[in-house]
Amino acid sequence: MRLLSIELFKIWHNKTSRVLILGYFLLIFSIAILSTINVEFGPIKFNLAEQGIFNFPYIWHFNTFVIALLKIFFAIIIVAMIGNEYSYKTLKQNLIDGLSKSEFLRSKIYAIVAFVTLSTLLVFVINLILGGIYSDYNEFQIIFSDLEYLLAYAIKLFGFFTFCLFLAILIKRSAFALGFLALWQVFEGIAYGLMRWKLSDFIPVLSAEQVIKFFPLQAIGNLIKEPFTRLSAIQNIADQIGEGFTKDYGISILNIIIVLVWSGLFIWGSYGLLKRRDL
Amino acid sequence: MEQTLLQLNQLSKSYGRLKAVDQLTITLKKGNVYGLLGPNGSGKSTTLGMVLNVVNPTSGSFQWYQGALDTHQALKQIGAIIERPNFYPYMTALQNLNLICKIKQCSTDSIQEKLELVGLWERRHSKFRTYSLGMKQRLAIAAALVNDPELLILDEPTNGLDPEGIHQIRALITKIAEEGTTILLASHLLDEVEKVCNQVIVLKNGVKYYEGPVDGITQTYGYFELKAKNLEALESFLKEIDEVETVEKNTNGLKAVLNAPLASEELSEKLAKAQIFVTHLAKKKPSLEDQFLSLTQNQ
Repeated sequence: MRLLSIELFKIWHNKTSRVLILGYFLLIFSIAILSTINVEFGPIKFNLAEQGIFNFPYIWHFNTFVIALLKIFFAIIIVAMIGNEYSYKTLKQNLIDGLSKSEFLRSKIYAIVAFVTLSTLLVFVINLILGGIYSDYNEFQIIFSDLEYLLAYAIKLFGFFTFCLFLAILIKRSAFALGFLALWQVFEGIAYGLMRWKLSDFIPVLSAEQVIKFFPLQAIGNLIKEPFTRLSAIQNIADQIGEGFTKDYGISILNIIIVLVWSGLFIWGSYGLLKRRDL
Repeated sequence: MEQTLLQLNQLSKSYGRLKAVDQLTITLKKGNVYGLLGPNGSGKSTTLGMVLNVVNPTSGSFQWYQGALDTHQALKQIGAIIERPNFYPYMTALQNLNLICKIKQCSTDSIQEKLELVGLWERRHSKFRTYSLGMKQRLAIAAALVNDPELLILDEPTNGLDPEGIHQIRALITKIAEEGTTILLASHLLDEVEKVCNQVIVLKNGVKYYEGPVDGITQTYGYFELKAKNLEALESFLKEIDEVETVEKNTNGLKAVLNAPLASEELSEKLAKAQIFVTHLAKKKPSLEDQFLSLTQNQ
């Protein structure tokens, strides 16, 4: 708790971080605004909320996917706070004042866990409220089915944030670390493209999909698959034009393990960097 | 017996082929004011960095409180300022000190006292980034004192300050030393060390040249400054005296360096007997600067 309070003290007294965090939680609430969107597309008119996006249990899938997009807000805070520790040399001062390197890292990780927990709880509550208002099905069993999406949501955030933590400690400069994150995304895309193109020539038994899912960002992204094509309205349209989707939208245990292993590696790597480097 | 606060055993740090600190063995005991002397790049800051847990030693070891505490636990008991004051610029002085108390797990009760000591209590609600360099440096001292440390480590505390700032910081250090806090003051400014320290450790190229009382840096019996109308006679007479090692001529007259004890009145008596009357006779001790230079150049 002492370590968590140290980190929260640092975050809370920074105006930018405070604004970003408050903005983040406000944006989560604003997902409710989606319910009021009326789509008018030529002759097709519909209200999003009435298309079943807030139906249990689909809402667990839809909202966790959409709200997870906001994770970049807290990622910026993590990267910026660590960049600050290096540029202000306060990491050095913290160590001199008697924080150990592992305590320093743990204070960051506890803050991440606290944030992920809070965010997950909030998503849970918002879904119950929105679902309660708009869902066509209100049976207890249906409401609380597919809750694994919440677990996936928490792990997705945790995985992403530990990746950011590692990059920030590795690169020390917040802007470069975020740039590197974007670059890494591009790299995974290129790697995937190359593998689709050539991999089967070298190792016929492996497909690009099988390999790419072990890459960190891809693994994090795969945790919750995009929910849009699962909407009945879109499924209907697809069926009409003869392009039926057959896709597994579930949460895969393997995927969760991959992300957790990556998180472990990132934390271990961060500690290794902290320990090895002179300040 | 004096308690040993810090013990360094054969502590070394290499950066590639460069040996920044070479097999350094030092003992710091409670109640002393130590000066860590050495020119720029002599390994002072690296040594402090190692015992303060921010630089990894290449070999050797160090122990705080005779091994009774882990390094990071021991650091909570001491206060240290190295090179530049490092604080969170977006926090006020008060917030910064509160954070340090959280880290050091000490009471926040003495924050007001320490801020008043360094004259920053009035500005406690100003953000750190609005402070002048002198104020930042004084806040760093307040921060280092906030846990009432047993040992205060100061690395070049007057670097980059104007004369008034330097004077304020020195006065503060003297005051703290008088209260009985053990101090380790690293500096390349010799008069600074001479004024406040009773023990010195001299480093050059990462090697320890001397450790002991300030006066004992070199075996010295001092020297005489003499002037007379007939300088030649005086010079040849001085050269005959057994206790005089060398005689040098300079713009102010003669400088006779001793190799054995010789009191002023003895010399004066000898001169009178030889019918040589001087216009000026003064016995001097070499300054720390002279001693330091002769020490680091001779070896």
